[in-house]
Amino acid sequence: MDITRRRLLMLLPAAAVAWKYVQAGTPEASPNYKLTEHWWAMLIDIPKCIGCGSCVRACAEENDVPEGYYRTWIERYHVADWKNERPEVESPDGGKQGFPLNQDPSGKNFFVPKLCNHCADSPCTQVCPVGATFVTPDGVVLVDKTYCLGCRYCVQACPYGCRFINPKTNTAEKCTLCYHRITKGLTTACCEVCPTGARQLADLKNPKDPIHEFLRTHAVQVLKPHMATRAKVFYNGMDGSVR
Amino acid sequence: MNMFKDIEHLIRLAAVMMIALVVFVVLRAAVVPRSFGQYGHYRGAAISEIAARPPAFAGHAVCEGCHTDVVDQKKLGKHVVVPCEACHGALAKHADDPASVAPVKLATAVICARCHEANSAKPKDFPQVATAEHSGGLACDTCHQPHKPKIETEVKTATGGKK
Repeated sequence: MDITRRRLLMLLPAAAVAWKYVQAGTPEASPNYKLTEHWWAMLIDIPKCIGCGSCVRACAEENDVPEGYYRTWIERYHVADWKNERPEVESPDGGKQGFPLNQDPSGKNFFVPKLCNHCADSPCTQVCPVGATFVTPDGVVLVDKTYCLGCRYCVQACPYGCRFINPKTNTAEKCTLCYHRITKGLTTACCEVCPTGARQLADLKNPKDPIHEFLRTHAVQVLKPHMATRAKVFYNGMDGSVR
Repeated sequence: MNMFKDIEHLIRLAAVMMIALVVFVVLRAAVVPRSFGQYGHYRGAAISEIAARPPAFAGHAVCEGCHTDVVDQKKLGKHVVVPCEACHGALAKHADDPASVAPVKLATAVICARCHEANSAKPKDFPQVATAEHSGGLACDTCHQPHKPKIETEVKTATGGKK
């Protein structure tokens, strides 16, 4: 077939329509989760935290966390007027039952929820001798419990104390950022139950995520920035005494 | 002069090393999981295995699909921001099968106090009470409606305005 000018002009619109489909990709039957399209993080707004312990209870229930171990926990800080360097920190039962006892109302008092910081340069994954723990392409630090030897290197390596050895499986365990939930379009269990919105899941690769405006307009910190772990749990309104 | 005349022992050695190499390659292929190295130095299939766990908390969007009356009621009060499962607990099973799994009635004296018990570390603008003085252990829903907790004036008159 000779391509005449007339034929070419007739073909062009059809080609344009076809190209649009090529760019859009094959239409999917179900909205599949794509590892490369997310980069998960969390935002914690300290002035909003009321220390109710809902997150700790929800985490334990959602993830079968053994009694006495915590994938997330709440710390209560008491900073006396002249002791900013040495705050008193307590976390009875990880804050699971809340903080029923009132404390010295003088000085500064506040709650700090903690969890795995899902570091992009995580020390815990670097020390694993068998490749049982890793950062997923969507930025979540996970443990492959069928591969873990239980050698505890990662427990020691985590600067934030976020790992423990599960006494039943004898393998390392930690916050998965509710990976089984976020990949289904849900938020994490802790964020789901937080009554004040102090914890919010964030997707840094989603340009429409409200996290971007929040990070732009607030003075937001991460824990232990000097460790250069590129932690992705962002704390708003964090006091200088928080360790 | 033949430089290969005493080579026999070298050939035997090479054969042994060849066999060892084949054994190593076969064993390695058998032992290392197929998805190891798919994304990095770990078993790629672990990601989908971890993602396969069923959720325990349904998420408030699922609750709101059916309980529209509660949604409307919550909109009238401050508890509009509180997600359902913060108080009612994990109820994905109820969402999957509402007929056979029913949520339990909550003990408000315990549930409400978790958030509203006075504590100096709580934000100053957050409503707090010392429950012992405020209600003396009485169930909170005696006076307050948990989905819309602010007490209307008529109710206050009925109880003599007592808190």
